[in-house]
Amino acid sequence: MDSLFALIPLIIVFPFSGVVIGVFFGRRLMPHKDSIGPGLVASILAGASFVIAVLMFIALQGHPEGVEVPLATWMNITAGDRVLDIPWTFKIDTLSSVMMLVVAGVGTLIHIYAIGYMQGDIDEQIAKRGFEGDEAFDFKRRRYSKFFTFFNLFLGSMLVLVTANNYLMMFVGWELVGLCSYLLIGFWFDDPVKGVYNSESGKKAFIVNRIGDFGMLIAIMLIFWTFGTVQFDDVFARAECMQAESQEACLTVSAGEAVHEEAEGEHGEAARPYLTPVALGKIGTVTLGVVVTIITLCLLLGATGKSAQIPLFVWLPDAMAGPTPVSALIHAATMVTAGIYMITRSNVLYAMAPISGTAVAIVGAATALVAGTIAVAQFDIKRVLAYSTISQLGFMIAAVGLGGYVAGIFHLATHAFFKALLFLSAGSVIHGMEHGHHHAAHHGHGGDDPDFDPQDMRYMGGLKDKMPITTWVYIIGSLALAGIPPLAGFWSKDEILLDASLNNQLVYVLLSISAFFTAFYMGRQVFMVFFGRARTEAADHAVESKPMMTTPLIILAALSVLGGLLNLPGLHSLAHWLEHSVAHAHTAEFNISIAAISTLLGLIAIGLSWLLYGRKPVEAGQADPLRSTGPVFTFLNRKWYWDELYDTVFIKPYVWLGEFLAVTIDWKFWHDFVHDRIIGDAFRGWGAILSQPIDQGVVDGAVNGIAQLVDGSSQELRKTQTGYVRNYALAVALGVVLVLGFLAFRFLM
Amino acid sequence: MNLPTLESINLLAVLPVLIVFGWTLVLLVIDLFIPSGRKYWTAWLGILGLLGAAVALAVRFIDARGAAVTAFDGMLTVDGFSLFLQAIFILTAVIGILLALDFLPRHKIERGEYYILLLFTTGGMMIMSMAADLIVVFLALELLSIPLYILTGFARPRADSEEAAMKYFLLGAFASGFLVFGIALTYGGTGTTSLVGVFNQLAEGEPSRDLALVGMALILVGFGFKVAAVPFHMWTPDVYQGAPTPVTAFMSVGAKAGGFAALMRILIVAMPAVGEAWGMLVAILAMLTMILGNVVAIAQRNIKRMLAYSSIAHAGYILVAVSAAQRPEDAPLAVSAAIFYLLTYAFTNLGAFGVVLAVEREDGSGNLLEDFAGLGRSKPVLAAIMTLFMLSLTGMPVSAGLVGKFFVFQAAINASVGNPWILAAAIVGIVTSVISAFYYIRIILIMYMQEGEPQVVLKPALTVALALTALATLILGIIPAPVFQLAKDALLTLVG
Repeated sequence: MDSLFALIPLIIVFPFSGVVIGVFFGRRLMPHKDSIGPGLVASILAGASFVIAVLMFIALQGHPEGVEVPLATWMNITAGDRVLDIPWTFKIDTLSSVMMLVVAGVGTLIHIYAIGYMQGDIDEQIAKRGFEGDEAFDFKRRRYSKFFTFFNLFLGSMLVLVTANNYLMMFVGWELVGLCSYLLIGFWFDDPVKGVYNSESGKKAFIVNRIGDFGMLIAIMLIFWTFGTVQFDDVFARAECMQAESQEACLTVSAGEAVHEEAEGEHGEAARPYLTPVALGKIGTVTLGVVVTIITLCLLLGATGKSAQIPLFVWLPDAMAGPTPVSALIHAATMVTAGIYMITRSNVLYAMAPISGTAVAIVGAATALVAGTIAVAQFDIKRVLAYSTISQLGFMIAAVGLGGYVAGIFHLATHAFFKALLFLSAGSVIHGMEHGHHHAAHHGHGGDDPDFDPQDMRYMGGLKDKMPITTWVYIIGSLALAGIPPLAGFWSKDEILLDASLNNQLVYVLLSISAFFTAFYMGRQVFMVFFGRARTEAADHAVESKPMMTTPLIILAALSVLGGLLNLPGLHSLAHWLEHSVAHAHTAEFNISIAAISTLLGLIAIGLSWLLYGRKPVEAGQADPLRSTGPVFTFLNRKWYWDELYDTVFIKPYVWLGEFLAVTIDWKFWHDFVHDRIIGDAFRGWGAILSQPIDQGVVDGAVNGIAQLVDGSSQELRKTQTGYVRNYALAVALGVVLVLGFLAFRFLM
Repeated sequence: MNLPTLESINLLAVLPVLIVFGWTLVLLVIDLFIPSGRKYWTAWLGILGLLGAAVALAVRFIDARGAAVTAFDGMLTVDGFSLFLQAIFILTAVIGILLALDFLPRHKIERGEYYILLLFTTGGMMIMSMAADLIVVFLALELLSIPLYILTGFARPRADSEEAAMKYFLLGAFASGFLVFGIALTYGGTGTTSLVGVFNQLAEGEPSRDLALVGMALILVGFGFKVAAVPFHMWTPDVYQGAPTPVTAFMSVGAKAGGFAALMRILIVAMPAVGEAWGMLVAILAMLTMILGNVVAIAQRNIKRMLAYSSIAHAGYILVAVSAAQRPEDAPLAVSAAIFYLLTYAFTNLGAFGVVLAVEREDGSGNLLEDFAGLGRSKPVLAAIMTLFMLSLTGMPVSAGLVGKFFVFQAAINASVGNPWILAAAIVGIVTSVISAFYYIRIILIMYMQEGEPQVVLKPALTVALALTALATLILGIIPAPVFQLAKDALLTLVG
């Protein structure tokens, strides 16, 4: 084993030590209000993690089959005839290496960006609250170090997720990133204006993810009951073994004796149902195919939560309440891709459950289309990007559902680049807008509009002259996202479409339409934000961000341009890289017509957006040209009424049920009727009988009577104590008579 | 009759009591040379002598390993029982001296005779515990009583002290008369005063039994007076109240223990043949004693009188244990319960009187229950210690009193098979324990719940005494087993 692999624990040790430093020394790292100590430390540690990821990549060149590095025993429990033995072991293979590079690399860039961004963001909050002097400094110090503490915690958690060698360890990372997401979405929970919304958004994300996590847990438990292990390699080896043999025969199989060749040979006929009976604990016996289908569907539920797919995607748009670097890192580039990574990791199981695969693809494609159409009608710059993210995640999910794991991971990587770029650029725009807003307010140019929202595109316009770098990188990111060759997005999206066209025509059509919408809404956004004339004073006075923020943008822009090199047609370097760890990876050959169609669709959409928004720029106060579509626009603007639908279908009945249970069942029936009426009244009735006539009358009478008797006799008896010796002597004499009399009567007669 | 030899006199076996008497005689002389105002030297020298006796006792205890021997030609028996009781007497005397050390000068009655008289009566008690002949019993009783009469009147010219002394003396003489008459009748019935002889004669048969039975009853009356059993208790409240408080403390423990020592030896060792009769009599006396003591204690407003009735009541509990010893097979457990109870009672009662001493004022007032009001706030530690003593006297957990009562009732219930009187006595004992909680806990209530400004004088010697007794009360309450094992090993034996 290459000794470089032994460094792997450091990849999580660095960010977690950043958490410790942040908690205990974070504020001391900030001696004055403009110092960037906490951010610098966090960024250096993130960079160190990236260095480790690079070293792992280098080490893997010699060992593409990957290694597992055990760190410690974690759990060892005997459950029935199964032994749950889970060591804390790192899995380093080509798949996790890609994830490590993306997470740590993009993560580092966003950390660096956040150093500058959070300075401004916190100053903005201080201005909102009117803090001054020491109060302002203390607030800034607390929040600045807290932000980077959370950020490092997220990075470490995400790396736990991708380096796990078993489902349970992955689940730990899965939950930890969920926690970080919650903490960071609600980072401004105390914002004087939007605080409630921010914390509600955090809560929404957390609760919606609980549903997905429930699916994950069920899946993990089923995996343990079926295969007797939760370690990836063993699970897959046993799953493949069980296709041919019985469950009992396979429960001792471990990855070392895996039957990979056989599985690869069988890959073509993966659709045949597996009828091997499987005993599920006390539940009973079912066939393997059914169990694996259930497992993979439960995993899909988990993925729809974390990766914001139908039906659980509703949390992601609201997650934009978090500071922009959070949106970029967690809600665009890394955490939300956990579902794609997890499905890719479980590719052996999905290959055995074709129904689940199709379900995954349909969910992904439908999400891509729905989110893509919603994005068209949004005005909030980050919200557009949020729906775009959901849409692109739908692309990836669709890809992995169809078995296009390489395409999915490819798109995951390129999307991480350009979506991070777009979010960070949007952050830069927001920053510039806020700056302009303050400037305008300061100079009395009517910039004191209370409804002013620095994220609303209707207040922007003409920013290209004010923020040239931001504009150019934004355009690059948009073109990449729109799938215009030769930018990164084109190559990865083309591969997904190619896979879809070969496997599932419906998915292909859905994805193509969403690709069209993607190009359209990005064109709309670019024209609205950067071109035309400034629609507000704020936009007129916007300024370019500092180099601390623009440098990561330029790097990400370069990656967005060049990302396609990862897996160019003909070379398929990523495909060859991943095939060591993803048994069912495959890549179709480049198809010029598919590529041409998607490029054409993209160009038409951009042209259409130019017609609507570029040729004659929207003026201040003018309605959106799409308003002319009437109810369609409203429908899209209202996000297909998903939130209202959930409110009606789930939340209202849930609240009603809760009210029913609380008010009717618990309070009226249980408390008022059962407790108060039946038990309470009966008790009081008996109590009245027992207390008045029986206790106070009989018992107390007896007790008080005895007490009075004792007291009375006490008073009476003390009167015999006359103090006269003659009386005392008489008493003794009487005593003698009594004693003798008793004796005489009893023993002498 | 053989002439006594050095061996049959066996001076070594009775060395502790010889030390006490010898040292007291020496002290009598030394005291003449100790200037008045420095009489505490006498006190400390007295304690020194008692410690010497204690050392001799310990050596004797280790030496004997439970074996019983006689001394003075069978006049004295040195067995485990007597060693245990002698330890109680010495302890009581030491604490009694400590209690008096500050009290006497404060009340301007500091005279060296106090300590010497106290040592003499202690010697009398020690002989009492060893007495194996009815004549020795009588001698020991007088040796015990006469110094106590004097001590009771020690606070002269205080009238109540003199009155108490006179009452105690007159009634004591009256009771002694019954005791002597009882001894005479026993001699008449059996032809011997030796306990071994009485045992043998009664074991042989009928002719002597009736006279001895009446003799036994009169002996019981005599000791009933000493231990303050109803109806021979009338002197107790007046004497306890009138006597100087340290004397009250000492005699409430020492005199009672001495009386029980002789009573148990006579009844249990010499008269098991008439056990049924005395068992029943003692059980009845016990019931009367417990009921009257506890009930009348409720009406008391003076703490010394209250503690007098309390001491009457406790005599009743020990009488329960005595009655439980009526059958030889039950005797060992009952005797050990009785002497263990005496030990716990000694510590607790001495401690309680110690607190009374601390609150008492120079003019002899400050003995009313109300005088304890506010003690919980002004002297929290003292109040806590008093609380402990009161709980112990009630028989509440974490105190020696509970353990003592537990063993007594255990012995009684154990012996009550086929003897309803003992069972009845045990039940009365438990019920009256509940009644006793009323007046004991009332003290706690007054200390903590009522406002007041108690005047407390706490000198070092008293503090040491209180600390000793409180600690012993607590330790005996928490880990009684080691000491109870000693009591169990302290067998009452018939050697002759």
